Amino acid sequence: MIDPAAAVAPVDPVAPVSPVSPVSPVAAVAEVSSLAAVAAIDPLAAVAAVGRGTLGAIRHTGDVARFGAVGLSHVLRPPFYGRMTWRAFIEFSYFSLPVVALTAIFSGMVIALQSYTGFARFNAESAIAGVVVLSVVRELGPVLAGLMVAGRVGAAMAAEIGTMRVTDQIDALGTLSTDPVKYLIAPRLLAGIIALPLLVMVADVLGVLGGFIVATLKLGFGPHAYLQTTLDTLTADDIVAGLAKAGVFGFLIALMGCYHGYRSKGGAQGVGAATTSAVVSASILILAFDYVLTELFFAR
Amino acid sequence: MPAEPPHTPTPTPKIRIRGLCKRFGDKVVLEGIDLDVMPGTSVVVIGGSGSGKSVLLKCILGLIEPDAGTIAIDGQVLTAANAAAARSRIGMLFQAGALFDSLSVWENVAFGLMAQHKATRSEARTRAGDILRQVGLDPSVGDLSPAELSGGMQKRVGLARAIASQPDILFFDEPTTGLDPIMGAVIDGLIVDCVKRLGSTAIAITHDMASATRIGDRAAMLFRGKLIWQGEAGALMQSGNAMVDQFTHGRRDGPIQMELRR
Repeated sequence: MIDPAAAVAPVDPVAPVSPVSPVSPVAAVAEVSSLAAVAAIDPLAAVAAVGRGTLGAIRHTGDVARFGAVGLSHVLRPPFYGRMTWRAFIEFSYFSLPVVALTAIFSGMVIALQSYTGFARFNAESAIAGVVVLSVVRELGPVLAGLMVAGRVGAAMAAEIGTMRVTDQIDALGTLSTDPVKYLIAPRLLAGIIALPLLVMVADVLGVLGGFIVATLKLGFGPHAYLQTTLDTLTADDIVAGLAKAGVFGFLIALMGCYHGYRSKGGAQGVGAATTSAVVSASILILAFDYVLTELFFAR
Repeated sequence: MPAEPPHTPTPTPKIRIRGLCKRFGDKVVLEGIDLDVMPGTSVVVIGGSGSGKSVLLKCILGLIEPDAGTIAIDGQVLTAANAAAARSRIGMLFQAGALFDSLSVWENVAFGLMAQHKATRSEARTRAGDILRQVGLDPSVGDLSPAELSGGMQKRVGLARAIASQPDILFFDEPTTGLDPIMGAVIDGLIVDCVKRLGSTAIAITHDMASATRIGDRAAMLFRGKLIWQGEAGALMQSGNAMVDQFTHGRRDGPIQMELRR
């Protein structure tokens, strides 16, 4: 009856790769940055510190990638939690709308003003409409919306899931025949992928509107000529590339919020640390992936 | 020649644990645990904080993977393939309730019904009202959020959620922690009633001796990851084991302190 070879399976399909707690990139960098101090004492200890930091960063990256892959796989497999997905979608999109809208409109205004002061030196003021629309649609719309939503929604996700972790609510899901990854993570990932492009569409329109307001009311451009130049400059590829970036950024925000919340431990302090890590890592990843995606879409 | 006594087969334990070991880093949490829980009985596991009681329950639930040993339910060893099915037969009352604070009380109670038994929301709502009544709460409480409830009410809701799917195994993790003695006795009474009504097999972990003797048929004590004593729950206060006696009588000095100082 007793099978010594059989082991009880863990409920958690995204348990850390190693029993050693995941090392955050910040901790890994801190470990490497202590290199100088260590090197003064023992060169071998310095090598060991670099090795530990590197291994920690690799382990952490692998753990995040596995978590994201398992989460995405649950997006495609039933049962689906429509109510949870809708709730996450509303949180991502509707409640983020004011902050994204204000950010976009002011950014468009600033670009128009800054471009004017620079371009006027070369008598290139006519390029302002094109600069504004391309900056907003290709870069500022997705990146600024992503950063604002990372601060607002990513933090909230990490705090909510982290609190559920430290109060045993995630374990309770497991005892109620519910896969926590399917119930908590997959809906948020899906909501992020869908909601951020929609937000960025709004941000694009408002960013261009901001530039239009400054250009026509302050800089003396004709409204019709400004809009015509805007439309002539913009291509469908620019819009699609910007929205594709937004989809990736939405996924990254949800992934970081869910990952750090899911892995949090140690009570209120752990939840606070998870929230900070979620926002910082999502922001860094947004900027890093922005470069990669720009290289992919526009560097021809 | 005297007649041979009729052969009565020994019943298969509902839960059989053999050689269970778990360590976190260098810290050994469970070491060679052997425990049988017979069908329809309640076993209370006592022990100090950090003695491994909660880890034992989470290992049986499959929430923590043991390093070694086996756990069998109804003679079937838990493996990766059958762990989820086994878990669906277990209801658990968590120490702090672990109620989902984004859901209303009735949604908490009916969560398992909707997830496991695919009940519709209206069916689940009605059933949740009945279950709330069984744990001494008015069904109107179902519309509140868990944050609006007192500690005692949260325990009742946690109990209602644990029994909603009529599991044949129930786990109770520190059911009376944080409650006043009267409310503790009320919760213990509810637990005993529910276990009897469902005919369930139960494991409760606690360091509340009054609660242990009220809930348990049998008792066991964990110390530093090892089961150092097992016996009838009624014998807890006069176990004859010096460590158990020190713990159950709450004496400051004794073999436990000497062992901890080593």
